[in-house]
Amino acid sequence: MLYINCPHCGMRSQNEFSYGGDATVKRPVLNKEVSDQEWDDFVYNRKSLRGKHLELWQHISGCRQWIKVERDTATHEIFRTFKADEEVA
Amino acid sequence: MTQAFRIDNEGLINREKKLSFKFNGKTYFGYEGDTLASALLANGVHLVGRSFKYHRPRGFFGAGVDEPYAIVQLYRNGETEPNIKATEQELFEGLEAKSVNCWPSVNFDIGAINNFLKIFLPAGFYYKTFMWPKSFWYRIYEPFIRKAAGLGVASTKHDNERYEHKYEYCDLLIAGSGPSGLASAYAAAKNGAKVILAEDKARFGGSLLTSDVNIGNQSGKDWAEGIIAELKTMPNVVVKNRSQIFGYYDHNMLVMSEKVSDHLPATKKYHPNKRLWYIRAKEVLISSGSIERPIVFGNNDTPGVMLSSAAKEYLKVYGVLVGKKPLVFTNNDSGYETAIEFKKHGIDPIVLDTRKNPVSEIIDEAKNLGINIRNSYVVVAAKGYKKVKSADIANISEDKKVLSKIENIQCDCICVSGFWTPTIHLASQSGNKTKFKEEIDAFVPGQSKQNEITLGAANGVFSLDETLKTSFKAGSELSKKITENDNEIAIPNVVEKKSSKHDKFWCVPLPKGKNYKRFLDFQNDVAVSDVEIALREGYRSIEHVKRYTTLGMATDQGKTSNLNGLQLVSEIENKVVPAVGHTTFRPPYTPVSIGAIVGREVGKHSKPTRKSPMHEWHKKNNAVFVDAGVWLRPRYYKKGNENLFEASKREAKNVRTNVGVCDVTTLGKIDVKGPDAAELLNRVYTNAWLKLPVGKARYGVMLREDGIVMDDGTTTRISENHYHMTTTTAQAANVLSHLEYYLQLVWPELNVNVVSTTEQWAGAAIAGPKSRDLLQKLFPNSDVSNEGLPFMGYMEGDLFGVKARIFRISFSGELAYEVNVESDYGNFMWEKIIEVGEEFNIQPYGTEALSTLRIEMGHVAGSELDGRTIPYDNALEGLVSKKKDFIGKRSLQRSAFIAEDRQRIVGVVPLDKQTSIPEGSHLVKDDKAPLPNPKLGHISASCWSVEYDNPFSLAILKDGKNMIGQKLFAMSPLKNKVIPVEIVSSHYVDPKGERVRS
Repeated sequence: MLYINCPHCGMRSQNEFSYGGDATVKRPVLNKEVSDQEWDDFVYNRKSLRGKHLELWQHISGCRQWIKVERDTATHEIFRTFKADEEVA
Repeated sequence: MTQAFRIDNEGLINREKKLSFKFNGKTYFGYEGDTLASALLANGVHLVGRSFKYHRPRGFFGAGVDEPYAIVQLYRNGETEPNIKATEQELFEGLEAKSVNCWPSVNFDIGAINNFLKIFLPAGFYYKTFMWPKSFWYRIYEPFIRKAAGLGVASTKHDNERYEHKYEYCDLLIAGSGPSGLASAYAAAKNGAKVILAEDKARFGGSLLTSDVNIGNQSGKDWAEGIIAELKTMPNVVVKNRSQIFGYYDHNMLVMSEKVSDHLPATKKYHPNKRLWYIRAKEVLISSGSIERPIVFGNNDTPGVMLSSAAKEYLKVYGVLVGKKPLVFTNNDSGYETAIEFKKHGIDPIVLDTRKNPVSEIIDEAKNLGINIRNSYVVVAAKGYKKVKSADIANISEDKKVLSKIENIQCDCICVSGFWTPTIHLASQSGNKTKFKEEIDAFVPGQSKQNEITLGAANGVFSLDETLKTSFKAGSELSKKITENDNEIAIPNVVEKKSSKHDKFWCVPLPKGKNYKRFLDFQNDVAVSDVEIALREGYRSIEHVKRYTTLGMATDQGKTSNLNGLQLVSEIENKVVPAVGHTTFRPPYTPVSIGAIVGREVGKHSKPTRKSPMHEWHKKNNAVFVDAGVWLRPRYYKKGNENLFEASKREAKNVRTNVGVCDVTTLGKIDVKGPDAAELLNRVYTNAWLKLPVGKARYGVMLREDGIVMDDGTTTRISENHYHMTTTTAQAANVLSHLEYYLQLVWPELNVNVVSTTEQWAGAAIAGPKSRDLLQKLFPNSDVSNEGLPFMGYMEGDLFGVKARIFRISFSGELAYEVNVESDYGNFMWEKIIEVGEEFNIQPYGTEALSTLRIEMGHVAGSELDGRTIPYDNALEGLVSKKKDFIGKRSLQRSAFIAEDRQRIVGVVPLDKQTSIPEGSHLVKDDKAPLPNPKLGHISASCWSVEYDNPFSLAILKDGKNMIGQKLFAMSPLKNKVIPVEIVSSHYVDPKGERVRS
């Protein structure tokens, strides 16, 4: 069971969180023409990386905030966590 | 029966307390503090079971978790449990156990014929033989194999025992209470660290209980007792026996199974049977010790052949002689320790040492005691079927290839020592890459991956002095990092005998002309010849060899067999052992009871049951409940002998003719507040929301980004910046997360807050032509006329002094209202509605009637919004705005979603107007078409229309728009039904929706 550092609450066990997918995907802005390819990339196409992956988790049984977690998909090592509005350098 | 093999003045058992127990129907006696194994051995019982494949007689091989044979079926307090190791099961008064894997009895086992057919049962036999003919597998092969195999029978009864889960945090978790565990725990505890020390056995101390050493002028055992006693008094220390740490998971999470009650005749009241601990540790100290490994020789599975360390443990801990004419077969000094203990108790052992001329303090002591030692000697084969009677022994050449001077000597047990294998399971599970240590011919932990360190024998350190020094230091340093205390501890003086190097010898060659089975894996009957076959057939990876031969599989997971298997593979392949590598260590280290894993989450406890504030009223009024997500909802209210069908029909009919009331508390409710609330709704829902006035409700549909309908419901504008959103019961949690996702990540600029208010409001739907008259009487001070409170209107009211929210919305398609009050007043509201409604012939209705009403109106619900349909499919395209953008809109342009013959909701009526159509039935054009019959659609919901008094169903049908009036067949192979049907409009009743607006 992962041990995730919620930037709002501190170290919490994985069972307080739910997984939310790739955090690098950006939703196309509203009311703008979007090509089929662009939309498919947003809705469906994911890389399924091995290694460092920036992903979303929601602290559903805690502060209910969505957070970003930088995790190694192979070793489960967690490097850094960020608030939803924090820029990841 | 007397305990003929029990000796006086030795052992840690309580001779004051004699216990009786039964094994295979026969009564024996043992003492408190015995295991089932030690008590049986005290009575001279060596035959405990039959082997898995050949049904050869099997006895005891070890004295603890490493035991591969002695698995029994246990009977305790009216319950039975399979797969119990006799070496781990503590004795209690009245214990009953039986042998497994034998029929009709352990003494006469028909399956033993496999033993004489063993030439036909080599590795891969099952894979090769039971392939043809294919049809034989289910009918003949599998049932036969199942009957013949197995390690016991699981109970089919409900398990009345309680199992608990516990979550714990600590600074240092220490696995194993041998010398390194005790020393590190003590040092860390003195520094004030929060320590958990776990021991899988009943007694603390590990090897100190049996070894002849001295620590600080005390015996090892007394020193251990002193340390444990002091640790137990310290508030920052938790000391647990009978507790096995069996898994090391991510981020220093370890799981431990504590056997709370297995050693008692019955579980005490309010106590669990087992407790599973989830422990998050800052640092983990693995002091799990080592397991002696066997030397492989002919018939080395005969009862009476056992590990030399086990023989010593039976003697030192339980006062039991495993034999009176022991033969000790060793390649290192450990065998001598066992021989010395025998000698001290008046037994004359013979030691066969594979080494030519070993010299050490221990050997000197053995010589001084006059023990018969034969160097460069090996056991060629054990003789005897159900028990060792003698052994063929031989001199072995220096290159260990040639046997000479074979002779037969009498003995009643053979104690084997092939040196020690560190128990590296936990370290390996943590991600530690193990390395091979030449000096000990075994793997030890390498670079730490998580915050773990391995000490003592588990790390390949077999000197007590070095173990204690490194362990005191590690405990002290790791705790210092955390607590910043540094209490110095004087390291006690250690007296131990120096030992000499072991012999790198593990397998006795076969003498000419003999074909003895030489077993590597005792639990799975894997012999040297099986591994040879696997390699000959081309299996190279050790993981493949394992799976093909089953070497190292099953409940003992190869604790005694893995390394010898690797030695064999490396020898045949002419590789070094590290190049062969070892198979992956996976949790659990020892078998864990399913009950312990499940814990309290059984039956209704697997999820919390949520009940509405009106639940007690429903119960009192004969409600029959149904699970709706985690909620319990009344399905119908039973009157007299009514069944579900009759009751729901009556309730639905009463709504259509008079007035009914339904508990809708379970609907998800979300408060949406903030200046940008309308903008959020406008982006989340498919229809327009910016112009909804205060005091008005609107129905909305929300999509996922892929265009599929996610949920539907009404949202009401309570005040300028305050909306009350409702969701379906099932999707309430998901919708909240969905809104939070967009507010926090996608559109953080929107100034809106959302919070779940599902449990804050109790809700009652009042529906039927007389609902307005009832509402007026409930709220005499409010104007609830069609003008005062029009369709989709909202107002607040005073319900006999309680503030209420009144919504004019309808799910039933009738003139209807929903009244919400704060949850604490829910029951008050409900009783008032029933009381005042009496003159209008009010009746409560349940979910079944609710479904009937919505189905015949063509209102969609969960069975249509099933995660596969878009708005068009549900005839909701009128709610999809063409002007504004919203979540999922772009996906609605996908070619499949705009196809001419796109699926769409329709109504379905059986031609005979009699036969109800099972939900899930497929709609097909031709009921006689060959399979697979092309499916045009499926029945999503069925009811008995109370309006027309005939069956009516909803279906999602390909090209549904152009199918009205067509005749098709509804086929349900599951219910074996073929029903001719006609396709009609999904709006079966009141298609213009006049009633809700009346």
